[in-house]
Amino acid sequence: MQDLLYFSQQLINGLTIGSAYALIAIGYTMVYGIIGMINFAHGEIYMIGAYTALIAITGLTALGIAWLPLVLVVALVCAILVSSSMGWAVERVAYRPVRGRHRLIPLISAIGMSIFLQNYMHLAQGSRNVGFPILIEGGFNFGSDGAFQMSLSYMQITIFVTTLICMTVLSTFISRSRTGRACRAVSQDLGMANLLGIDTNRIISATFIIGAALAAVAGLLLGMYYGSVDPLFGFIAGLKAFTAAVLGGIGSIPGAMLGGLILGIAESMTSGYLSGEYKDVISFSLLILILLFKPTGLLGKPEVEKI
Amino acid sequence: MLEIQNLAMRFGGLLAVDGVSLDVQEREIHSIIGPNGAGKTTVFNCMSGFYKPSGGKIIFQGKEIQGKPDYKISRMGMVRTFQHVRLFTQMSVVENLLVAQHRHLNTNLLAGLVKTPNYRERERKSLDRAAYWLERIGMLDQANVDAGNLSYGQQRRLEIARCMVTKPQLLMLDEPAAGLNPAETLELNQLIVSLKEDYSVSVVLIEHDMNLVMDISDRITVINQGRPLASGTPQEVRANKDVIKAYLGEA
Amino acid sequence: MATSNVRHALFCAIVTIVISYPILGLNLEAEGINIVLTGTDATTIVAIACAALIVFLFQLFRDSVMGKLGAVSDLNPLTGRKPMEQDKRAKLESWVLTGLVVVALFWPFFSSRGAVDLATLVLIYVILALGLNVVVGLAGLLDLGYVAFYAVGAYTFALLSQYYGISFWMALPLGALLAGLFGLLLGFPVLRLRGDYLAIVTLGFGEIIRILLNNWTNVTGGPNGIGGIPDPTLFGMEFGRRVKEEGNTSFHETFGIAYSGEHKVIFLYLIALVLAIITALIIRRLMKMPVGRAWEALREDEIAARSLGLSRTAVKLSAFTIGAFFAGFAGTIFASKQGFISPESFVFLESAIILAIVVLGGMGSQIGVILAAIAVTILPELAREFSEYRMLIFGAAMVLMMIWRPQGLVPMRRLHITLKTQE
Repeated sequence: MQDLLYFSQQLINGLTIGSAYALIAIGYTMVYGIIGMINFAHGEIYMIGAYTALIAITGLTALGIAWLPLVLVVALVCAILVSSSMGWAVERVAYRPVRGRHRLIPLISAIGMSIFLQNYMHLAQGSRNVGFPILIEGGFNFGSDGAFQMSLSYMQITIFVTTLICMTVLSTFISRSRTGRACRAVSQDLGMANLLGIDTNRIISATFIIGAALAAVAGLLLGMYYGSVDPLFGFIAGLKAFTAAVLGGIGSIPGAMLGGLILGIAESMTSGYLSGEYKDVISFSLLILILLFKPTGLLGKPEVEKI
Repeated sequence: MLEIQNLAMRFGGLLAVDGVSLDVQEREIHSIIGPNGAGKTTVFNCMSGFYKPSGGKIIFQGKEIQGKPDYKISRMGMVRTFQHVRLFTQMSVVENLLVAQHRHLNTNLLAGLVKTPNYRERERKSLDRAAYWLERIGMLDQANVDAGNLSYGQQRRLEIARCMVTKPQLLMLDEPAAGLNPAETLELNQLIVSLKEDYSVSVVLIEHDMNLVMDISDRITVINQGRPLASGTPQEVRANKDVIKAYLGEA
Repeated sequence: MATSNVRHALFCAIVTIVISYPILGLNLEAEGINIVLTGTDATTIVAIACAALIVFLFQLFRDSVMGKLGAVSDLNPLTGRKPMEQDKRAKLESWVLTGLVVVALFWPFFSSRGAVDLATLVLIYVILALGLNVVVGLAGLLDLGYVAFYAVGAYTFALLSQYYGISFWMALPLGALLAGLFGLLLGFPVLRLRGDYLAIVTLGFGEIIRILLNNWTNVTGGPNGIGGIPDPTLFGMEFGRRVKEEGNTSFHETFGIAYSGEHKVIFLYLIALVLAIITALIIRRLMKMPVGRAWEALREDEIAARSLGLSRTAVKLSAFTIGAFFAGFAGTIFASKQGFISPESFVFLESAIILAIVVLGGMGSQIGVILAAIAVTILPELAREFSEYRMLIFGAAMVLMMIWRPQGLVPMRRLHITLKTQE
């Protein structure tokens, strides 16, 4: 019984983290699906979302507004606004001018952008980590007193539910809306979509904006969950989310969700049963193994090399 | 020297090549023709080891080579050009030719660092061979020009020279006349014939320019929709009803 | 001027404000246990407003501004100049290089200890950047975990000296060979991956090695690192005030001069200088050898290279291993210079700096990379007040270089090959 509770606890923690990874992974997977580049700065977009949310929450508190739903909604809107604008601007400034050049060039540009944004935040807000106020407290506890208690916090439920809502909205958007259809067309064949009169530049911008918005949601959620942010907050999370995207099959949106959850669970199991120190090693090893043995991921389509 | 038996290549649900067979003799120019999308380049990709065929055999000088890695097939003496010229555009013309002779050079790192006599000797030989072929295709003046700055016709010729410096026994040319003007095509025609006559190389040729094909081919294989349609001498193919139908459409 | 232009310009200006004001204009300050927001000073606000205005105007007059910019580059007097003749230029270059080496040899004797120490660091970066240049610049393999091999070199020396009392001169080849071996082993499985996947995987490897160093506490000392790494000796002469090792003599006593701490610093600098020169010469030769051409051919067009009989794995692996080898070299010198190492010296940022050096200098260009290594290491020291902007500027410079000058500040030049035709 004890063991089962402990295991369930790890599972819950893993699903929580994993669903947040999935939200970030969407940004990687959509951008890769459309223009075939790794948006290295995506982790920083997520970090900016977390910071903006914190700034908004602190601002509202200073104004004396404390009604929780309002605070959360305002923080979410601010984070999405700033992150999306940043995502849009990054694409315009750093990626569009180098689109279509040798593969390494956009990638180096993206790495440069990632370093730039990290240090932008560092200079603006300092390098130390800043505490996030605890807004959502409490939860359910299972198990008897004095022994191991499994807890499911309201925060974890919030993360899970929010992710679920975001994913549903995104799926509907992609499959139903005009822009969503255009997105799918562009990811199949950019040149052809262009010929058919789709404004591919606009669709690429939209992809970056959507990815950034979801990363901002993840930023707010994980900021609250971990309780603090710092300028390096996005780097490791970005790598993890990229791993999730590759794991599920890069370019595939359901793949990103699946990959995120698997990665989250693998990580929390490592922390729970081995040591927290090695959870990063596990996720990077997972990334390497997947790329070596099944580079198309779990749900990705194989690429046929053309001559 | 080359024999293809029942070659098949499947991409997912699509059978791009199905049951293609052909054989190439020593010192023969053998053309593969067919409408666009017939699977000619796919046959080439299987022959050069770029694709692993889904079925059939490719036998080169008595050895089965289907599914072998491309670089090994190339080292056995089967070298190809590409439909869209693939030169190393940022390297100079002569460097392109030296890269092609990689396996004839002394690639031992230490030998190169201390410049052993053997290393120098082989380096000199490969430079000479490069010079010879540049002269042969009339591009000696351009030896130190970046390959990307050459005219289209020159790029086509350089690509053939780059194959020839590897000392191949069989040369695969994928639409070498595409994009050339009539004068350049004529020059190419003479070059290909001389490869056979003077250097004893067999040539497998994919080409749309029917004049060129009929002019220089010893034998022709016609492929349509991935399947063999006809094969024989130019005269036989020209007279074949199926071929006429495929090219002119169902009457 | 079309209204759409105005709308677009206005939109861009608003975006500029949205992405800068909340982050730059509102600062999170810790006050006791609470976090409060404080508005920033007026200058920042003005700066943000100016930035928005500039963006607005630039986007509004984008077409004409870009047209003018295009014209400016034509005014550059150097663009129309004919390149110098081949042998004349080669002669000039060799003179300049010899001069530089002579200056570099004698300069430390007339310089301050701090400056020499910094120069040693510059040389370590030169070796690292030259090594990474082989991998990224010539072979076109984006290695984001390069620092891992640097760490292997440094830790090899530190651990061997701690457990087996090995000297610098023994550790130097061992560290480099071990780093090369690591490169070989790690490279073998990953090199068939496509370029961008390779980048991420190497990044992952780099992080794994760092995490292992951090957590394998009973061997590596974990985050506390390893100290007491010995200095190099000169034919058994030590540079300390007192001789540590039995059988050694001390440098100042042998030559009958007064002890000075500077001797050791200068000696280390000279070792680094010699090794940097050796590295540069070896790589220069490699570039002219078949293997160097094969690296470039594979970078240019992998399919064509393979069709000509080049084995992708062998060629890429040689570049990866050689790059790692030189990183190990640099790591050993670094360990000796610092006397103490910890995983903190081998973070991803370090890989990024080395990559920035290669990119700024010009991928494949040796002189460019050497100059960039000097500039990137020394400039932040000269302008201390800007040093916190260093990484910000690096990041921006990497982006700008990729947009405007992906070939780097001093692009690689092709070697001229003379053909004799006597047939």
